[in-house]
Amino acid sequence: MAAILKTEGIVMKFEGLTAINNLNIEIQEHQIYGLIGPNGAGKTTAFNVITGFLTPTEGKVYFRGEDITGLKPNKITKKGIGRTFQNIKLFPEMSVIENVMTGFHIHRKFSFFEAMFRLPRFFKDENKMYHEGMELLDLVGLTEFAHDQAGSLPYGHQRKLEIARALATHPTMLLLDEPAAGMNPQESSELMDLIRKLRDEMNLTILLIEHDMKVVMGICEWIKVLDHGEEIAEGTPEEIRNNPRVIEAYLGEARKVA
Amino acid sequence: MIDKKRIRNWILTSVSIVFLFLLLAYLNKHASSYVIQILNVTAIYIILTVSYNLINGITGQFSLEPNAFVAIGAYTAALLTMTPQEKAMTFIIQPCISPLNHISIPFLPAILTGGVVTAILAFLMGIPVFRVRGDYLAIVTLGFGEIVRVFATNLIPLTNGALGLKGLRQYTNIWWTWGTAVVVVFFIVGLVNSSYGRAMKAIREDEAAAQAMGINVFWHKMLAFVVAAFFEGVGGGLLAHLLTTIDPRLFTFFLTFNLLIMIVAGGLGSTTGAIIGAILFAWGSELLRWMEEPHVIFGLHTPGIPGMRMVTFSVLLILLMIFARNGIMGRKEFSWDGLFSFINRKVLRRA
Repeated sequence: MAAILKTEGIVMKFEGLTAINNLNIEIQEHQIYGLIGPNGAGKTTAFNVITGFLTPTEGKVYFRGEDITGLKPNKITKKGIGRTFQNIKLFPEMSVIENVMTGFHIHRKFSFFEAMFRLPRFFKDENKMYHEGMELLDLVGLTEFAHDQAGSLPYGHQRKLEIARALATHPTMLLLDEPAAGMNPQESSELMDLIRKLRDEMNLTILLIEHDMKVVMGICEWIKVLDHGEEIAEGTPEEIRNNPRVIEAYLGEARKVA
Repeated sequence: MIDKKRIRNWILTSVSIVFLFLLLAYLNKHASSYVIQILNVTAIYIILTVSYNLINGITGQFSLEPNAFVAIGAYTAALLTMTPQEKAMTFIIQPCISPLNHISIPFLPAILTGGVVTAILAFLMGIPVFRVRGDYLAIVTLGFGEIVRVFATNLIPLTNGALGLKGLRQYTNIWWTWGTAVVVVFFIVGLVNSSYGRAMKAIREDEAAAQAMGINVFWHKMLAFVVAAFFEGVGGGLLAHLLTTIDPRLFTFFLTFNLLIMIVAGGLGSTTGAIIGAILFAWGSELLRWMEEPHVIFGLHTPGIPGMRMVTFSVLLILLMIFARNGIMGRKEFSWDGLFSFINRKVLRRA
């Protein structure tokens, strides 16, 4: 198996603060990879570096062997990395289906002239976007809300809509930033099924940040733990669970945990 | 099901347009020239507000330059339609520069060229301008509007300075203005309801999320800007050949300000709202002329107070901002489906 995403010595400094210090991630194709750590560990910063929202102070990001360091976020999306946001960033005044269809924009097959003159190809492609959008909504279970305003959805549904919208860009790799935040146990268990389904049926590689340990331990195959921007551990869920440094980072001091 | 509805809507739209033009034909024959003039101005306002709304309302980039675009379109079209003799007579301070001094082309290509020139200048302006957003964008574009006006005043061999261009032929008639307005609305609604329109709205709602969708934010802002500029330029050409006289004072910030009132009152981000705003502004400001005339109210004689019209307008605007902050339409659009479901809900249920 080849590494689909690889970072080499990422350092991200904001003025005097070092948010990430020497991050090396290697994610295999078809893997569900978890990035965890206490608040302020630099997880979201790592996401922003990978997806081009931040240019790292040092280090390189490779996607499918190609150097994508410092590319614009829209270029990186086009290369096949989709993402969601920790603080939900939907298009609140657009309908649910329109939110998803926005993701198809980069795959449109008509020019803006064809849209203005309303030529056949425009209708055909718009129709296709609508139907594919409905399929994605079906996948995440939001079909009945298709024509509601996105901003009016409950929190858990908004998170699912963000995933559907990211899938519309046809990614090969999906970055989920705290997808289970604000979900009840029922919803987060559905989310775990969904994430597995995406990996198995849509052949995606998934990198996720999550605080809900049940979700992380339940679906991740490999976990990396950050604290204060430093890598402190990595391994399988089993290894991480019993790693004294991880326990220390989370609980503040080294204690024997039964 | 969807196709059946689409055909129905298409027929309804076509019938409405035919009806509109029949009405215009009737008014053109029987209405006073005063009414016809207001009708023409209404249509030009519609062209301008619907395009202005594309960049300000749909794409959410608060910019203040349409007076510049209208001016560029108006001057370009006017300079192209004037005959060499007319130019020689008009340019009395300094002669008109070559080759414009011996060029004269028909009306349609002239206004289209006006649009193209405006669009090209908008493109060049967009490159630096879209590096900033929010208040800064408003200020930079406001400055651009002033620069164009100052150029129009001082570039005497091209614009005839403060004297302006006079004696243009009145090519613009009710068919030109309303015909263009229908075409512009058709094009812009097509664009707004397409994937491009969704991308523009996405930029308005959340730029970072739009980027995460792979949307090139800069180019989509530019697209909205250039398309709006093209139609505003065409509108300027129509305006020039309606008024037959243009000078730099016509294109001050007040033009932009009025257009802004129209789209905000109608509902920022709604094309329907932009049209309603344009109609209300054009007719409202005429109806309110009544306020400036002398009257006898309950036996009391009141003299006409010049400026009362604008005072009333301001009061109405303040009331609108207090009681309907999102304007008349908000971000909603008129649609046949919406109309039918409204009738179903309100009228048929009662019956």
